[in-house]
Amino acid sequence: MRDMMKMVIVLTVLASFSGGLLASIRNGTKERIEVAQLNFVKGPAIKEIMVGSSNDPVVDRFKMAIGETEMDFFIGKFDGKANTVALEAFGKGYGGDVGVMVAINVENGIIHGVSVTTHAETPGMGAKAKEDPSFVSQFKGKSIDSPIKVTNDGGTINIISGSTITSRAVANATTDAAKVYLENKDQILEKIKTF
Amino acid sequence: MAKTLTQEFVKGLWEEIPPFRLVLGLCPTLAVTKSVENGIGMGIATTFVLVCANTLVSLLRNVIPAKVRIACFIVIIATFVTVVELLMQAFAYPLFLALGIFIPLIVVNCIVLGRSEAFAFKRSVVPSIADGLGIGIGFTLALGSLGAVREFLGNGTILGIDVTGASFEPFAFMLEAPGAFIGLGLMLCVMNFIGKK
Repeated sequence: MRDMMKMVIVLTVLASFSGGLLASIRNGTKERIEVAQLNFVKGPAIKEIMVGSSNDPVVDRFKMAIGETEMDFFIGKFDGKANTVALEAFGKGYGGDVGVMVAINVENGIIHGVSVTTHAETPGMGAKAKEDPSFVSQFKGKSIDSPIKVTNDGGTINIISGSTITSRAVANATTDAAKVYLENKDQILEKIKTF
Repeated sequence: MAKTLTQEFVKGLWEEIPPFRLVLGLCPTLAVTKSVENGIGMGIATTFVLVCANTLVSLLRNVIPAKVRIACFIVIIATFVTVVELLMQAFAYPLFLALGIFIPLIVVNCIVLGRSEAFAFKRSVVPSIADGLGIGIGFTLALGSLGAVREFLGNGTILGIDVTGASFEPFAFMLEAPGAFIGLGLMLCVMNFIGKK
């Protein structure tokens, strides 16, 4: 009986101690992690698709609750007007979720640019979605009114050779981003006006 | 028994160098050694966990009841692994991107659990730290060298610096899973060859 008590007590104390330690470290690093993600993953992707904007889209951003999650929206100013908004969506790739940053022109509903953020695709194959700009540049200028599909599915986006799943993931993520934008268009436009 | 501290430390570097001599911890060894940088990063993360876990297990060795020791080890190791993951995300995000899902896998790396069970639970703190440090650095060296072989053959670079020139056509498969096994096989072969002499 005493043995039993000792086991329970030791494990409980150990577990609660490590729980406390982790919680405090998590709180301490939370902000830094968000900044790091913004700097290393989202930032370069946003700058890439918003090239030529007169502001810094990474600085001009707002958060908005979409369903149960809170999403970041990044604003780009072109010709002196805040007319482009970028948001991130995810598609199922070959090695997990593929994150895609999609910039949409709010005036005419045309995709301004698309860029892959986080992914775990095969190097030399699906990873080309991020490395080879000729793939993502195909999305530029497409209208968001209809779903964007790869040629295999009857769409207009040429796939990366040997990486149908990755190519499809990027197309699906782009379509999803467009959907989120269209469903929340009024609130997004309202927010953009303040910039 | 009468091993000195230096011996405890040094044995991890050659005599018991983890993936090559003990042939333990192969999952991270095969998975992350696509480049020298990744290998060393993973090695340093594992070393940190090893040293911290060894220290704490050794400190608590008289408190932890033998029957639940494995559970206690896992809690301790998992805590430090999560600490490493959070710190890496906060301070070395590019490395975190490269190592990705393999960081949480340090928890089930049998080297860490093995050292807690076989060494730290029976010995005092200072030798345990020496042991953790030695094994950890050995693991780092092993991952780094395997990473170097694969990066050199598979990409023609070492630490991202082009060493072969443009005429070299890299063996891209060395960066894939089969290349990991072939690379490890070659390293084991070389280690045994040198060891036999």
